[in-house]
Amino acid sequence: MNTFDLTNNTVTELNHALHAQKGNVSQADWTVTNPKGSHNLAVGLDEALNVDIHGHAGYFCAGMNKTANITVHGNVGQGVAENMMSGVVRVKGDASQAAGATAHGGLLVIEGNAGARCGISMKGIDIVVKGSVGHMSCFMGQSGSLVVCGDAGDALGDSLYEVHIYIKGEVKSLGADCIEKEMRDEHLTELAALLEKAGVDEDPASFKRYGSARELYTFKVDNASAY
Amino acid sequence: MCGIVGLYLKNDALENKLGELFEPMLISMTDRGPDSAGFAIYGDEVQEGWLKLTLRHHEEGFDWSTLTDQIATALQCEADWMSNANVAVLKVKADEAAVREWLSAHYSEVLILSAGASIEILKEVGLPENISSKFSLSGMEGSHIIGHTRMATESAVTMEGSHPFSTGSDLCLVHNGSLSNHNRLRENLKREGITFETENDSEVAAGYLTWRLNEGDSLKEALESALNDLDGFFTFTIGTKNGFAVMRDPIACKPAVLAETDDYVAMASEYQALASLPGIENAKVWEPEPATFYIWERH
Repeated sequence: MNTFDLTNNTVTELNHALHAQKGNVSQADWTVTNPKGSHNLAVGLDEALNVDIHGHAGYFCAGMNKTANITVHGNVGQGVAENMMSGVVRVKGDASQAAGATAHGGLLVIEGNAGARCGISMKGIDIVVKGSVGHMSCFMGQSGSLVVCGDAGDALGDSLYEVHIYIKGEVKSLGADCIEKEMRDEHLTELAALLEKAGVDEDPASFKRYGSARELYTFKVDNASAY
Repeated sequence: MCGIVGLYLKNDALENKLGELFEPMLISMTDRGPDSAGFAIYGDEVQEGWLKLTLRHHEEGFDWSTLTDQIATALQCEADWMSNANVAVLKVKADEAAVREWLSAHYSEVLILSAGASIEILKEVGLPENISSKFSLSGMEGSHIIGHTRMATESAVTMEGSHPFSTGSDLCLVHNGSLSNHNRLRENLKREGITFETENDSEVAAGYLTWRLNEGDSLKEALESALNDLDGFFTFTIGTKNGFAVMRDPIACKPAVLAETDDYVAMASEYQALASLPGIENAKVWEPEPATFYIWERH
């Protein structure tokens, strides 16, 4: 176990040390202490490292992650796991805005609440939030799944493409082209697997499913006069 | 981009450490705003009938003693002063309008940064670290304090354009964001009798709140109106004689984080600014909701 104390070292030094494992992992397990809200912690990792960050992280923590398993024992700022490709990012506290933005794959688990625009433009990541998400979550979501055990704010799934959205609590309002959909057996199976993978003990049958009505996909000739 | 920080003490025993606790908060937001910084500190309240003004002269060695003697004679009132760098806190037992009129007639080069019973505003162009040091922030005492580090977007980098802005008695506002309807609002507010010193959009937000409070709104009512009438992006922290408030626009583009313990409430643009506070590891830390305001007041 390598311990990296950010009181004595810079974030750049931390990221260099983690990147130095690329292609030849000599130290798989890392503990980071005293992050004090620093930005860009553990970004761009592309080896199967285990990184535990003890404290609160700033913006873009675990961004562009590939294969690493990163846990933040605290809150995170904007854009956690932004553009993640694979691997697992777990936040024990709350996340600020744009969690999992544009991410292509992997699993992001937020044990607290997530702020606005959680999963904005997500492209394949699975996001499981134990608490609630803020307004415009899953805005322009393209692929992947968003599971919320609490409530969702205004305009959930605005301009949505193909993300599967499962919400247990209340949805304040649905965004353009997002509708409630029937929960079929295949969805219950998918949701059960996601909850299990995230280590969240919830009954899949207590969730509702939302998705795209696909009305915005194609140009409607009826609207031609508006242009 | 700008940085906002605020610290409101719930525990009176910490009042002699307010500046010491606040200085690292302000300096930590240098990356968000390196061109100017300022703060409004509340405390050392004057007695009923007295007025406290923060005055600024461009010269460090300006003769505040003579100015104070002259105003005491002219207005036939008691007056006292103390200086801090090129700024002075003037205490006079007189009417605010009369003091303003006399200052404007005799010392037009002296700027009034704040007026009220408790507030003092200190701000300058330059790095937050240098401004803290210039005004000896770390040694200051008080009940609450609100600061700003500026990266100018909407108007020039000048002392006048730096925050906090105070347009009414004991009220101040710091802003991160940009207002899109400030020109029209400014004209409307001028007709309501609010005066502005700059072209800065944030000063319009301060003026708006002053207008609402003058009309008899509570702080809560004034903030509710502001949510309807101010268009653009904002995180505001607002100081009053008795407390402070935090408010974000409905889009919540601009960051904010709050922390609360038994001893204090703290706000900042980013958690980094809170990391130096005692007991922060056990504080309740959360992100304020969009289109929502949070108020703490002592009664």
